[in-house]
Amino acid sequence: MSATIIRGGRIIDPVNKRDEIADLAIVDGRIADLSAIRNPQSEIDARNLVVSPGLIDLHVHLREPGFGWKETIESGARSAAAGGFTTIVCMPNTSPVADSPSTIAWIKDRAADKACVNVLPTGAISKGLLGEEMAPLGSLAKAGVVAFTDDGRCIQNNELMRRAVEYARMVGLPVFDHCQDYNLVGNGVVHEGYWSTLLGLPGWPRAGEEVIVMRNALLAELCDHHIHCQHISAAGSVRILREAQARGVKITGEVCPHHIALTDDAIQDFDTNFKMNPPLRTKEDVAALLEGIADGTLGILASDHAPHARFEKEVEFDAAPFGITGLETELGLFLDLLVHKTKTIGLPRLIEMFTVNPARLLQIEAGTLSPGRAADVTLIDPELEWTFDASASQSLSRNTPFDGWKLKGRAVRTIVGGETVWSL
Amino acid sequence: MTEQPRSEMRWQRKDLLGIRELSAEEITFILDTADAFKEVGTREIKKVPALRGKTLVNFFVEPSTRTRTSFEIAAIRLSADVINISAATSSLTKGETLKDTAKILEANHADIIVLRHSSSGAPQFLAQRLRSSIINAGDGAHEHPTQALLDLYTIREKKGTVAGLHVAIIGDILFSRVARSNIFGLLKLGARVTLVGPSTLVPREFEKLGVTVSHNIDEVLPTADVVNLLRIQHERQRKEYFPGIGEYIRLFGLTKDRAKLLKPDCLIMHPGPINRGVEIDSDLADGAQSVILDQVTNGLAIRMAVLYLCGGIAT
Repeated sequence: MSATIIRGGRIIDPVNKRDEIADLAIVDGRIADLSAIRNPQSEIDARNLVVSPGLIDLHVHLREPGFGWKETIESGARSAAAGGFTTIVCMPNTSPVADSPSTIAWIKDRAADKACVNVLPTGAISKGLLGEEMAPLGSLAKAGVVAFTDDGRCIQNNELMRRAVEYARMVGLPVFDHCQDYNLVGNGVVHEGYWSTLLGLPGWPRAGEEVIVMRNALLAELCDHHIHCQHISAAGSVRILREAQARGVKITGEVCPHHIALTDDAIQDFDTNFKMNPPLRTKEDVAALLEGIADGTLGILASDHAPHARFEKEVEFDAAPFGITGLETELGLFLDLLVHKTKTIGLPRLIEMFTVNPARLLQIEAGTLSPGRAADVTLIDPELEWTFDASASQSLSRNTPFDGWKLKGRAVRTIVGGETVWSL
Repeated sequence: MTEQPRSEMRWQRKDLLGIRELSAEEITFILDTADAFKEVGTREIKKVPALRGKTLVNFFVEPSTRTRTSFEIAAIRLSADVINISAATSSLTKGETLKDTAKILEANHADIIVLRHSSSGAPQFLAQRLRSSIINAGDGAHEHPTQALLDLYTIREKKGTVAGLHVAIIGDILFSRVARSNIFGLLKLGARVTLVGPSTLVPREFEKLGVTVSHNIDEVLPTADVVNLLRIQHERQRKEYFPGIGEYIRLFGLTKDRAKLLKPDCLIMHPGPINRGVEIDSDLADGAQSVILDQVTNGLAIRMAVLYLCGGIAT
């Protein structure tokens, strides 16, 4: 029997309604009753730290198979651990696309072999992410995916989307959607507004997202099944989600740190590290996202960690791929912005949005510190002031707009299945 | 004719990337410098040794004849050695990145790179990475600074001043780098600017730049001191933007009838190439109010001034 005690931390475990200074016991990789331990082999001093259920990020691009120069399952998992995450959900836009059980099996094997955190794969909704034919959702579910998504792309055919959501209900897994209307967005690369007008860059209007969020609200209601809208960026999307949720529609939304940390004026030097999809928007959109976080409309925080090699990003602005890395800055940015600076939410709510909320959506046994559960634990110092150094990142890629940012709060130790996989 | 006294300023920029970053004083300084070069063009020997020993690369990733030719002649008159590279003849077609192609040019000791590119911000991208002097010859829908400078020069030459004039820019504003550079330059020099065109090609967002937006050309023409007609760029516009050329002419074309609304001394300008009979009646383009060919001649003086000033800074 191996036994560890985490001593003297502030345990925040929303599922069990705990927020207290106490010790936490881990026996044989699982959370245990304190009384079960007589002679702990090891102790971890957690005084002045928050002891949280292991954080979950349900929107990560690990790039394998196919794009190992950007990121690997191994490096992406290390980056996640360094950011305080014990479970990450990887997107299917790989090569080959994760639209078949064999690719899912490959990802799971590789993760079991190389990843220091839990890696849960998603399966594509449509074959090849082409938006034309439904992927074998039932077989993908049996292969172990936790959700279906065409992330990076968006099914434009509303009938196909409707049938996929209906089919996913039978399978019992949620559908995630990257909300983008191709006709409205066209070749847009930045928010359509003052800066796109000034700089002559093709605009990506809010309505390009909102129209699909609305579509999803209608289809979630029609199919009585869960659609989760990824990386919400526009004020109108928050309104649509709020209204639909109030009527009991099974629809949720997630927020990425860059959409509240930055606005579209950041693009004026044509730095492609500020190019992401959906794009950075305006102060009004940031305010609406914060309001949505405050009232619970937006219940999940995620990174949309999207690594790209320097040679890929260091090109003309409209030719550069969308996306930025995010796993290692995510917790720091959200703590700094949501808890410290804007005081939009308190620490317990933040932890809820990183743990129990994604765990419920994914229907996985994670996100709590209940005895018997796998000992996935994140120790957080919410007051620690630090500076992010992109060159020291665990990710293979460096495409971040946050290099050199001073942040308050970060994870100091990440424990997966009772083992410390990363510590500061 | 200039009202502003000749500035005593020293030119500090190795690059000309856009008009937005220039001060009114810098713009006026370029125009004043162009005055001197315009005089050179009237001499028997039109060549001066200002850039002797310097190498200029005309790097045109997007097709252009008039701008490239103008830069080439300007560089030759300044005694620079000139080579021309187009997208078709560069390694960009073999998948080489813009950065690598430009680094190769720099390694070949190109002192000045004149870049035309379909991506907004491409000149900034090069200027951030190269020691060579970068001159923007048009980037995407962003800026075309030498076009705006030659337009300002032409207006100043004909009207004596830019300040206080009412300039109407008519046509496809949304996709136009000429429009943006003109807006920035005209406002900096104190002109009043009205943008005219269909609501899809002249979005209201432009009002935030400090201009007036109108969709009724007949209301604007009577008070204009200058009308600058932009080419309707069929190749860039998907069919969603306007119903067709016939309706465009009916609503926004400068026809002979409409021209009667103009003040007699209103200048008619066009950056070219002209679609005769579309944005402007063919006879008007060649008429007494048209200064279209003056723009071309002045473009040479402007480009000589820009190459001389920026090329003198480059190391």
